[in-house]
Formats: sequence, C-alpha cells, structure tokens
Amino acid sequence: MTQPTVNPPFWLLAELTYRCPLHCVFCYNPVNYDSIKNELDTDTWIRVMREARALGAAQLGFSGGEPLLRDDLDILVAEARQLGFYTNLITSGVGLNEKRIASLKQAGLDHIQLSFQDSTQEMNDFLSSTKTFELKKKVAGLIKKYDYPMVMNVVLHRHNIPHVDKIIDMALDLEAEYLELANTQYYGWAMKNRQQLLPTREQLVAAEATVNAYREKIGKQCKLLFVVPDYFEERPKACMNGWGSIFLDIAPDGAALPCHNARELPGLNIPNVKEHSIREIWVESQAFNFFRGDSWMQEPCRSCSEKEKDFGGCRCQAFLLTGDAAATDPVCSKSPKHHIVKQVINEAALINKSGQPPQTEHPLVFRTDKNSRLLSDAKR
Amino acid sequence: MTITPAPSLPERPRLNKLFRLQWEEVQQAYVLLYPEGMVKLNQSAAEILKRCDGTLTVAELIVELQLAFGETDLRDPVEGMLRAAFEKDWIQ
Repeated sequence: MTQPTVNPPFWLLAELTYRCPLHCVFCYNPVNYDSIKNELDTDTWIRVMREARALGAAQLGFSGGEPLLRDDLDILVAEARQLGFYTNLITSGVGLNEKRIASLKQAGLDHIQLSFQDSTQEMNDFLSSTKTFELKKKVAGLIKKYDYPMVMNVVLHRHNIPHVDKIIDMALDLEAEYLELANTQYYGWAMKNRQQLLPTREQLVAAEATVNAYREKIGKQCKLLFVVPDYFEERPKACMNGWGSIFLDIAPDGAALPCHNARELPGLNIPNVKEHSIREIWVESQAFNFFRGDSWMQEPCRSCSEKEKDFGGCRCQAFLLTGDAAATDPVCSKSPKHHIVKQVINEAALINKSGQPPQTEHPLVFRTDKNSRLLSDAKR
Repeated sequence: MTITPAPSLPERPRLNKLFRLQWEEVQQAYVLLYPEGMVKLNQSAAEILKRCDGTLTVAELIVELQLAFGETDLRDPVEGMLRAAFEKDWIQ
C-alpha cells in the first residue's frame, strides 16, 4: 500500500444544469435529476473556476444537461478563457443559433462537441424523443462556419449500432474532423434501459470491422474513435484515471463529485462548493479520499499486478452490479462476480434473437421530468 | 523489404489550430492543450513548438534555435522532433 499522492484536478467538468430539451434513453444524468434544484449562480461558478485553475486545472468542460440553457454561458466561457482554461462545450446543439455561436467565439470558446443520436431523422428523434435532427445538421454547418473543428459524438447501442456505416457517412457529409462512437455506459437512465440498449457481441464485432474498414479508406479525413462497451472486455476501464486523480465534476447544485455518478454511492459525504473551497474539497474531503490510492481495495484487486493500470475499475459499476462499491469492477474476468456481467450479455443476446420487440416487456424509459419524479419517489 | 520514406515536413510549420501551447505554473512546464486533452512538453520540445508560427521555414527555425541556445548542430534533433509532431498532428 502506498500513501496516495494528490495530483492537480486537471479536468474540471462544469455540469451547469440538468435541464435538457432532449429526453435520451441513455442519459447518464441521475434518474432523480428533477429533485435536484438550486443551480449555482454565475459568481459561484466563477469562484469555482478560479480556485480549480489555481490548483492546476487546465481542461474545462461545460456540460449538463444542456449547457446552452444557461443564459450566462458566454460570461462563464469568457472568464474561463481568461483564466487560461482550454474550454470545451459539450452540447446537443439545441439553442445554438448564429448569434449564440458568434458570441461564444468572441468569448474565446476553444472547442465544441456536438452529439447526435443516430444518422437518420427517425432514429435520432425517436431515441432523444424530439424533433432535432434537422436542427443539428444546421448547427454542424454553423460550427464549421465559425472555424471550429467539427467533433461529433454518437452514443451507440443495440438500435443504432447496426448502421454505424451510415453514421460515419453522415459524419463525412458534415465534414466532421473527429467522430466519437461511444458505446453506452450503463449508469443513470442508461442503466434503467440496459436490457433494451446493450448490443450483442456479434453486433459489436461487426461494427468494429466496419469502423476499421472506414479508417483504411478515409485516412486522416476524419478520425474515428470507437469506444468499446466495457461489459464486453476482460479488464475494467481505468475509470476517471483513478478516484480523485485528475477529474473533478461540479454538479448543477454545487455538489463536488469524483465522477458523474458518485452521488449514488453509499457512505460518501459529498461536499458542496457552496460550503467549501475547491482546495478543501479536492485535497481534504472524505469523498475525494474515499477511493484515492489503493488502500481501500479488496482481493483480487489488492494483490493484482494490474491495479496501477485500471485502479480496480469503476466504483459506481461495482456498486450497481454487486452492491459493494469497494468490490472489484465485475467487468474484470478476475472478479468473483464476473458472472453477473456475463449473464447480462447473454440475456441481451437472447432478447435480440427472440425477434420480439422488447418494448412489450420493458418499455424504454425516456428521460423526462415526469419519469424523474416517479423514479425519485420510488427510491424514497 | 520496403523502406518507408520519412514524412516530409511542412515548409513553414504552424501549430495546428486545435492545439494551444501555454505555460502551466502548477506543473512548471509548457503544455499543449487540445480538445479534452493535454500533453506536458519538455523544454526543448516547447522551444521548438513556440517557433512554429507559420512564418519561419524549417531551416530558419533551426538557425534561430542554434543562435538562441549557442549550439552549432541542432538540425537532426529539431527535424526529428518536428517529424514526430507532424505525425501527431501538432503542427501543420
């Protein structure tokens, strides 16, 4: 066991709001988001950014929810840029008209990542439960016009992974420089809909082959990133590059989180920026030290030669799947609970094979305020 | 056996517009920042990249570095570094 060293929080994620015009079934926001009110005001966000920057934070993501719903976004971007942050806007594009993008450019915004749900209007609109596809295409045009690199993000799952080729074609049409094909991670709303969203192994293998064929064909024209869903791996992801290692997430209400879903974990006293400085939170708080380093690890992680590489995987996944947040991430084939993941994959394959529209048994739960209230009530 | 020719360098190297070079006080180092990422640079890499502004040719850049650091033969290390930077799309 080694005494954990405390590095700077290089990555500051500012989740400005949980409000969002979309209702995506794979959203990673907490399912009870509707009960989380009291968004931080402009001045508090500015203090948070200053304090994090002083600790060495260099990358800043403005995310949500939909960050464009905050009227003070350009004020925050301007302040962040002046502080020396590299500023990233992670958006659905809804609300990004020409006036807005001009003002963000003026404020010094460095980068925009635009999310798409799929390549066709029907699927995009169905999965996000809105009519936004045409709008997103317009936004992609604006992003190019204002001389931003066009970085597209598409979350993959069983329903859109079979046409990953069409998704890539769309990205090429829109002159995207980067396309992130990110398989769904199962937290929040996505976990609620896992049985509906998890692809089969065959789908994944086929999609990866398609992506590789495109890479050969298109070269440097557009960089394709394919993020494999960790359920199908033998080793867990190095979640957050280790707890309290580089990543600091500030939720809309000021909760400071070591990862997006840390609020769900038992035993953590989540600190709030309204009551503590970023230094206190990052260096001293119980929550950020809880899984920092490796003294919390159980076997097989504790004596594993790869523990420096993946840090035991994801704490939220360990908790969601085994009920114990300090357990080895069951994605790992060395985990005594690995069979849980195997079983979920097998069930997904069966559902897919039966040809039954799975909606009949487990309807997709769209991310809506009403569903959020129902789910928070059920939790109580 | 095929011999892959070394990739030719841009005539007047310029930092990719996606990247920003800046001094980080906490790290006491120059870093390259790009969408959702950061690379910490050693001193020589930073000195070379600082001069990739699209006005200097590779030869002029080498002369300037030699003058600045009182060295006489920096051609190989500088070209090597620029080639690596070009491979990684840091420069255009």
